[in-house]
Amino acid sequence: MGRQNLRNLFWKRFKRNGLAVAGGVIVLALFFVAVFAPLLSPYNPDAIDRHNVLMPPSLHHPLGTDDLGRDVMSRMIWGARISLAVGFVAIGIATAIGMLLGALAGYYGGWTDRVIMRFIDIMLSIPTFFLILAVIAFVGSSIWNIMIVIGLTAWMGVARLVRAEFLSLKEREFVLAARAIGASDVRIIFRHVMINSMAPVLVSAVLGVAGAVLVESALSFLGIGVQPPTPSWGNILSLGKDYIELAWWLSVFPGLAILVTVLGYNLLGEGIRDSIDPRLWETERK
Amino acid sequence: MLAYLFKRLLEIIPTLFGITLISFFIIHLAPGKPTDIFTELNPKITPEARERLEKLYHLDKPVIVQYGLWLKKIARFDFGESFSSDHRPVIEKIWDSRKPLIERRLFVTFMINLLSMGVILLVALPLGIFSATHQNSLWDKIATTTVFIGFAMPTFWLALLLMILFGVELHWLPISQLKSMGYASLPFWGKVWDLAKHLLLPIFVSAFTGLAADSRFMRSSMLEVVRQDFVTVARAKGLPERLVIYRHAFRNALLPIITLAGLSVGGLVGGSVIFENIFGIPGMGQLFYMSVMTRDYPTVMGILTIGAFLTLFGNLLADLGYMLADPRIRAK
Repeated sequence: MGRQNLRNLFWKRFKRNGLAVAGGVIVLALFFVAVFAPLLSPYNPDAIDRHNVLMPPSLHHPLGTDDLGRDVMSRMIWGARISLAVGFVAIGIATAIGMLLGALAGYYGGWTDRVIMRFIDIMLSIPTFFLILAVIAFVGSSIWNIMIVIGLTAWMGVARLVRAEFLSLKEREFVLAARAIGASDVRIIFRHVMINSMAPVLVSAVLGVAGAVLVESALSFLGIGVQPPTPSWGNILSLGKDYIELAWWLSVFPGLAILVTVLGYNLLGEGIRDSIDPRLWETERK
Repeated sequence: MLAYLFKRLLEIIPTLFGITLISFFIIHLAPGKPTDIFTELNPKITPEARERLEKLYHLDKPVIVQYGLWLKKIARFDFGESFSSDHRPVIEKIWDSRKPLIERRLFVTFMINLLSMGVILLVALPLGIFSATHQNSLWDKIATTTVFIGFAMPTFWLALLLMILFGVELHWLPISQLKSMGYASLPFWGKVWDLAKHLLLPIFVSAFTGLAADSRFMRSSMLEVVRQDFVTVARAKGLPERLVIYRHAFRNALLPIITLAGLSVGGLVGGSVIFENIFGIPGMGQLFYMSVMTRDYPTVMGILTIGAFLTLFGNLLADLGYMLADPRIRAK
């Protein structure tokens, strides 16, 4: 089967999966909102209005206002940027580390493999959220610190995945052929094997973004994440907790945004996985 | 089997060292001598706090000596004194042996996590089997959608909504703390009932949001197993479908779930920071959060290390369970 055929098959299968398409649409919509935030938001997200504090949803403020009279809808639209940025930068870091360590472990085996696998075991036995909080306690919370810390604690899954791919790919003929004509290790790892293990990595990265979005919102909710006045869904929710008996809209809408976003990434990731899994092609033909 | 067990226990030693190394590395992220640039950016650390930090972790000595001294202390569960105004030893804040069990933070967190884990497995396994045996049916789709929503739902948001509904609006359930005011004067069963009412929401939240991984995995593991030859053989010799599924397929499909359950311990323990904070439950997670906010470094380090030990212990238990469940390893 040629590359073009495979791509067509992927699209055919992906389009037939309604939930996967829904996930893709959600993610695209999120990108759209984040990119065009200045045009889409009806108010300046930081504009304080002392006369309209804690107003319930109305025609002027579709999602109400917060304790300083700021428009919740505008703040949520700008919050989409934070959510997107944290998700992608954090998982970018995690994927880069995971791919590198996984490739080294799988390709070289032996001691390299043992040391890296042990390191993964160790990282997996430290409760991730504890680790993130502890590091933030020591280095202070800024949006960059949060992205880096989430990234540094989320690479283990990718590393295992890439290692497994390398273990099975490195004995294949095309790798042996590359080695026979004198290609260097670096070239074989990056040009030949890595390319062929990209599909599962992509799936795990998309699912990873969902996790990172949840962690960021939890941190901001606890007041250790993105600091006000920068708007993030998590810190609006944190306000919602303070005004739980006065302003339900501060809790309901940002939570819904997080739920839909995370659901979108998950459906998209699972959809891609199902569309590239050849074992599922087999069962379908039967 | 004994050889396998022994090997598994030996493997713990380097992991334990690794955990202490990473924790030790985090101490060095602290603003102060080793990384002076942070002091300017981080106004919350006072010179005297830094001085105490230096004394506690011997930051003036060579790194290798520091690590050795620290290791010696934590081997005796000595994590130093808390920086908070009570100045109590950290270990006493986490596990106060003079108080009843239910008032010791480590026990509270342990109990809640154990209960959530139990609920998750009790729901996830039957749900996964059902989804697999009724693949692509309407019920499979409903189950899948439900666990997906649970997975995508922020824990703290679900907790907030349930608190608004059952606590603020309906007044059915208490929304914070572990015990009511008059707990001490209640008879035994009254105490149990009171605790159960307080634990219902936190455990529901923790279980619902943690359900997805196990039930999805059970489903796919089951789907994989029912395709194998021995299941066909079991059907061919005329066994009723119930026996095929529960005696033959289920037992085999269960194996990877045991490992997964062990791996999820870390997530559960970490997650206790969030729901203990929301529900005001006096456990280790709540203490951890308070310590992070007040930069009580010794307490942060103590809980981080103990949390890691706890997770490691959970993984070990899962491995033992795997060993007991899998005759192939038992025979070795």
